[in-house]
Amino acid sequence: MSNIDKVFARGKAFIPFITVGDPDIETTEKLVYALEEAGSDLIELGIPFSDPTAEGPVIMGASERALQNSICTDDVFDLVQRIRKNTDIPLAFMTYANVIFSYSIERFAQRAQQAKIDAVIIPDIPFEESEEFEQIFSEFGVDFISLIAPTSRDRVKMIAQEAKGFLYCVSSLGVTGVRSSFSSNLEDLIKTVKQVRPSLPCAIGFGISNPQQAHEMAAISDGAIVGSAIVELVEQYGRDCVSKVKEFASSMKESVS
Amino acid sequence: MSKGYFGVHGGQFVPETLMNAIIELEEAYNTYKDDPAFNEELTYLLNEYAGRPSRLYYARHMSEDLGGAKIYLKREDLNHTGAHKINNVLGQCLLAKKMGKKRVIAETGAGQHGVATATAAALMGLECEIFMGEEDIIRQALNVYKMRLLGATVNSVTTGTATLKDAVSQTMREWTNRVSDTHYVLGSVMGPHPFPTIVRDFQAVISKEIKEQILQMEGRLPDAVLACVGGGSNAIGAFYHFIDDPDVALIGLEAAGEGADTDRTAATLTVGKMGIFHGMKSYFCQDDYGQIDPVYSISAGLDYPGIGPEHAYLKDAGRAQYYPVTDEEAVRAFEYLSKMEGIIPAIESAHALSYAMELAPKMGPDQIIVVNLSGRGDKDCVSIAKYRGESINE
Repeated sequence: MSNIDKVFARGKAFIPFITVGDPDIETTEKLVYALEEAGSDLIELGIPFSDPTAEGPVIMGASERALQNSICTDDVFDLVQRIRKNTDIPLAFMTYANVIFSYSIERFAQRAQQAKIDAVIIPDIPFEESEEFEQIFSEFGVDFISLIAPTSRDRVKMIAQEAKGFLYCVSSLGVTGVRSSFSSNLEDLIKTVKQVRPSLPCAIGFGISNPQQAHEMAAISDGAIVGSAIVELVEQYGRDCVSKVKEFASSMKESVS
Repeated sequence: MSKGYFGVHGGQFVPETLMNAIIELEEAYNTYKDDPAFNEELTYLLNEYAGRPSRLYYARHMSEDLGGAKIYLKREDLNHTGAHKINNVLGQCLLAKKMGKKRVIAETGAGQHGVATATAAALMGLECEIFMGEEDIIRQALNVYKMRLLGATVNSVTTGTATLKDAVSQTMREWTNRVSDTHYVLGSVMGPHPFPTIVRDFQAVISKEIKEQILQMEGRLPDAVLACVGGGSNAIGAFYHFIDDPDVALIGLEAAGEGADTDRTAATLTVGKMGIFHGMKSYFCQDDYGQIDPVYSISAGLDYPGIGPEHAYLKDAGRAQYYPVTDEEAVRAFEYLSKMEGIIPAIESAHALSYAMELAPKMGPDQIIVVNLSGRGDKDCVSIAKYRGESINE
């Protein structure tokens, strides 16, 4: 059983996202421990990219701040290695194709394995382009996470069939960021997945920003991914954000379970 | 399974939300590209509305002054809206109509593609929204006014470097937001498949005409075809029907800005390396960790950190050559053509003219260079005057 399998075997998962290096690398480390203490089941660490085309203004801003701090991929790996001395909490990287491609997919996957990263999420690599990445990550024991969206329709079965770890279900149209409503066909989307792969966990992400939404999304899936709402707190409170984030994460975890 | 590759370049690197939209686009394009009624309608618009075929003009004074090869100018600047961009937008907007789309969105750098898209949208009754970097909105105020006059909404993009690359990113984001009734009219031979192929096919009319015209005028093919390259649409249009003619040299000129050896440059093929961005695998200006570099050129239309995948392939294959041209060289060519032939070229096209000025004297009088004059230079007068230290009111 992989670490990702264990995450979902425990029950509904709460999966927070933070950008590494926002507001600085020391705070990111503290945030990881705080999120773990708040009951997070898996933490997504965003590696900043200069032009994140799937992100809304909040996470774009976090990327910009991190890059202004000159955070690079090597810094991210160094941080995770430090974190790994203190915790075994499941971790996933979220970044863009070029960050990994330019580092060399193989070298990136190898360092990810050394740092005990469990999964990688790359929003600008759809199913059709995944082979080159998926194969190498799989060699190094890192799950390459697939995404489905409300527009996926006939593609859902094909993607679910090949998916590793868990399936990332995009909640609605558009980019990441807080929103008040989600796509109306999410339940059908997840039903279709479960027909093909009954045991494949599905977590919903994009725009989940309060306990009510987290509760509703987790009720129809296996977990809720929360990014922008946390990053907003980081933006607002800077280095003093840790306790605020912990408090928020605890309330989200509670509503998911 | 993967599609739309030119050698190792190309592909479809977009979020899952957009995959069905680009698959539907490809299917629609494959249906209509060989449809006689569609082609008849498009040809009618290109000829009667946009003013095609564009002229192939023998630049006698320039040729005699430089002493060497005969220089011909493909006058895309004479098209309606003043550049080659109209060829592509008429094709894509017609396709969008056939697909039942109600709304088009587009990025723009210099504003030429935005104006062309707003024009075609006005003509065909489509709702139109343009995304343009804040910096470019300042540099190209006249084009912003034109787009609004044509009924389009112009959205200012303030993220990143607030230029063309950020406008492309923001238009992609907007497309994921509202995809079912909206077509993204991509302005160059870039982005995910099928865009590089669709845009190339709609721009290939340029080389098709050059070939017919030069054979009629000179009874032979040119020795070299020159075009400026940002994303690469006018260049691929000018090259396409000559790719299988090995004796015709194909030369793309990219914007070196203040010099390809400085960090104020946009010379992707000179300084870039392989990467994945804006839906495609190709060459990009980027740092060691894959962060896309802020690029610079005096020309807003060439101020882009990537290049279309087919150009990347033509370079790898050695079929086309690409050289950097600086701001200063382009401005000199801008001034030279104005005085010599009475034609004010777009600053983008002036990059290609500059190389022609260098190349022609090295060639014989029996040789022929065709320069694709991709657009006219009215839009650039204010900024070139400023570059020369002169302040003029628009």
